Amino acid sequence: MAQTIKLRTPLKDSDLVSLKSGDKVLITGELLTGRDAAHKRLYDLVDEGKPLPVDVKGQVIYYVGPSPAKPGAVIGSAGPTTSYRMDAYSPTLIELGLKGMIGKGARSREVREAMVKHKAVYLAAVGGAAALIAKTIKKAQVVAYEDLGAEAINRLWVEDFPAIVVNDIYGNDLYEQGVKHYRKLP
Amino acid sequence: MSSNFNVGEDVLGALKKAVQTEESPTGREILEQIIENDRIARAEQVPMCQDTGFAVVLLEVGQDVHIQGDLREAVNEGVRQGYKEGYLRKSILGDPIKRVNTKDNTPAVIHAEIVPGDVVTVRFAAKGGGSENMSRIKMMPPSAGVEGVKKFVVETVADAGSNPCPPILVGVGIGGTFEQCALLAKKALFRKVGERNSDPYYADLERELLTQVNKTGVGPQGLGGTTTALDVFVLTYPCHIASFPAAVNIQCHAARHEERVL
Repeated sequence: MAQTIKLRTPLKDSDLVSLKSGDKVLITGELLTGRDAAHKRLYDLVDEGKPLPVDVKGQVIYYVGPSPAKPGAVIGSAGPTTSYRMDAYSPTLIELGLKGMIGKGARSREVREAMVKHKAVYLAAVGGAAALIAKTIKKAQVVAYEDLGAEAINRLWVEDFPAIVVNDIYGNDLYEQGVKHYRKLP
Repeated sequence: MSSNFNVGEDVLGALKKAVQTEESPTGREILEQIIENDRIARAEQVPMCQDTGFAVVLLEVGQDVHIQGDLREAVNEGVRQGYKEGYLRKSILGDPIKRVNTKDNTPAVIHAEIVPGDVVTVRFAAKGGGSENMSRIKMMPPSAGVEGVKKFVVETVADAGSNPCPPILVGVGIGGTFEQCALLAKKALFRKVGERNSDPYYADLERELLTQVNKTGVGPQGLGGTTTALDVFVLTYPCHIASFPAAVNIQCHAARHEERVL
């Protein structure tokens, strides 16, 4: 039976050892946000050998482009976006010490291999549970690329942010295993 | 605006029913999280999903109606106001390659049709990008037959896997030309959960397709389970002797659409 684990960010390798594909986690601490455009910029900087505007070491990136905050609100609705669009950029960030990614949908072989090699995990948040997830976000601050609007990099402070471990550091993949388990077609 | 805050009763009912039948414990928890999310969105009048979509507008214009002014601009102005006042996300880029945001979620995608009568029917959908990306069209040989359609639909849903935020709704267009077939699939998604094709043959096909896609194992959020789709809708059109197109348009569980008659 899957366990529910309280996870505190930033993450250390020792935090990841006990995490298994299928575990439910509640995350408290800081997250960075980033999606398509921000990832491309970070990747290009690494490519050019230039420093990044944020240190990704030990960090968890949440793939999200929130809706605008209503007056008085911390953030608008903030569910995960589809992760495969970040696949081209993620191995480079994992190599730089990124320890976790939160999104929805399966990752490429390259990303999965990088997670095993450099010890990082991929977590799924429930796509479309954007209003519920927003309630766990207590503070949000733009830290880079403000010009990208909804795609800017934010630092979020979250309390009990709900997610499910898809890829652990042992090479397991819940998408593959879960679907296989329930498939009733030849 | 309202459709982004208030999930349809049909979808909510189907989600609640799915909690009872879903075999995966994780799947049941996910469905409950979605139901709770939709409750929060309605209570606080915030978007159920941050991707508040591309505004897709189907216009049926009665041929006896005379419209003064620019109808297209009126639709875009409506989108502009709704997305601003509702604090909805602006997700539209003015150019697909240059990729600069238009910052007001315009233009809408507008499909206008001339119909008999003296009223204008406006149907609006907020179409999310994640599920749209998983949609497909296939120009099959006529020899593929209905089995070919079934295989194509099930494969498309299985390959989409976790990406379109299952449980999904599946719009299937069969027949017509290349572009019309895709539009049929889109139009099919404007139906309500449980609303069957008026032709009993296609109503049966819809039921069978739903059973089949729920056997793919994809399940809630693609993490494995027996609730992959909440419903499948088929729309058809006459077809050229040489052609047999089928299109599958995928919609996430945040199925947001409204209709008004003017």
